[in-house]
Amino acid sequence: MTNPLTLLGQRALRVLRSFGHAAFFFVDILRAVPEAMRRFGLVVAQIHAIGNLSLIIILASGMAVGFVLALQMYYALVTYGAAESLGLVVNLSLVRELGPVVTGLLFAGRAGTSLTAEIGLMKAGEQLAAMEMMAIDPKARVLAPRFVAGIVSMPILAILFSAIGILGAYVVAVLLIGVDAGNFWSIMQSRVDVWRDVGNGIVKSAVFGVICTFVALYQGHETEATPEGVAYATTRTVVMSSLSILAVDFILTALMFSTP
Amino acid sequence: MGKKGIETLVGLFVLLGMLGLAFLALKAANLGSFGGGEGYTLTARFDNIGSLKVRAPVRSAGVTVGRVTAISLDNKSYQGVVRIEVDRNVQFPKDSSARILTAGLLGDQYVGLEPGADEKNLGAGDTIKQTQSAVVLESLISQFLFSKAADSGSGNAPATPPAAPPAGAKK
Repeated sequence: MTNPLTLLGQRALRVLRSFGHAAFFFVDILRAVPEAMRRFGLVVAQIHAIGNLSLIIILASGMAVGFVLALQMYYALVTYGAAESLGLVVNLSLVRELGPVVTGLLFAGRAGTSLTAEIGLMKAGEQLAAMEMMAIDPKARVLAPRFVAGIVSMPILAILFSAIGILGAYVVAVLLIGVDAGNFWSIMQSRVDVWRDVGNGIVKSAVFGVICTFVALYQGHETEATPEGVAYATTRTVVMSSLSILAVDFILTALMFSTP
Repeated sequence: MGKKGIETLVGLFVLLGMLGLAFLALKAANLGSFGGGEGYTLTARFDNIGSLKVRAPVRSAGVTVGRVTAISLDNKSYQGVVRIEVDRNVQFPKDSSARILTAGLLGDQYVGLEPGADEKNLGAGDTIKQTQSAVVLESLISQFLFSKAADSGSGNAPATPPAAPPAGAKK
């Protein structure tokens, strides 16, 4: 019965409204951060839940990515007699791109989902509403500590991912294949810049940390208070975080590394 | 687990992150080697800098002694102006020359410094007078082709006819 034009308008308005809603939610969390920092124990507990417990999957994946990159790159580079640049190639691809991005994707899957499910169930069980009834701001008590913990944990995890990846590449290239260890490190050191490559990689991972944690908290907070609602919100967290990480990564790479 | 245990684990996690960062900065990148701010600046003008880039190494006898800090074009002489920063511990005579060389056949380009014999040394802000431009592969190839063509036009002219008859005989 509705006019297609009206339908389009409704859709557009709904999208815009959700953007505005998310922006207000973001500002609310930011405003609650100072209060969360005053109760630092809450943040520490969340860093344990988000960071420490993600450590094993991040380290295992980083190691595997380092192994595979070294094997494949060796295969390609040895044709051109450039097997010594293996360390450089692995280092740059890990520090600039794969470290932040893969860590972000794993982080969304490992930590983001648990945040969404936790907040969603808190909402479904009306715990957040109960807190408000007791004049405790749930944003400062529940959401902000998780937000800060996500932003702190993500760069650390990305650094560890890259570091263990490079060590993994060292194991495969030097110990297994027999590339010269001196060249492996020295070519890497001569071409990788601390600020431009390592620094920008860390900036990237911090941005991804903000995106992942915010999406997870927002989806959890806005979930419908039913079992299906929580399940749907958890799925959406993974999909939305992953897509926004990939999109933002493209923009950041274009800004950071477009000039040679 | 108690509160203390969790705090210790988080401390361990952060410490691990710092160790990872130290590894990336010191072992896997160039923080330990020649950085900025500890050398003196020289200028050299080249007719053609090839594909020299900022941060390319400056080498003397194959040893890295500095880095290229800036590249610009002189609007009057249309020469490439290359500013390089050289390690303070290394001094070069005033009549040293600079060349743009290539590492390997197709590798990266770098500035090579050849020491001269003057008694005075180059100081901060000095200009290296003698320079030699980068070798551009295309012009090298075209020179080679032109000289080849000139050769076959005069001296090697009789060399081609004997090859022609067999091709015609096959018909």
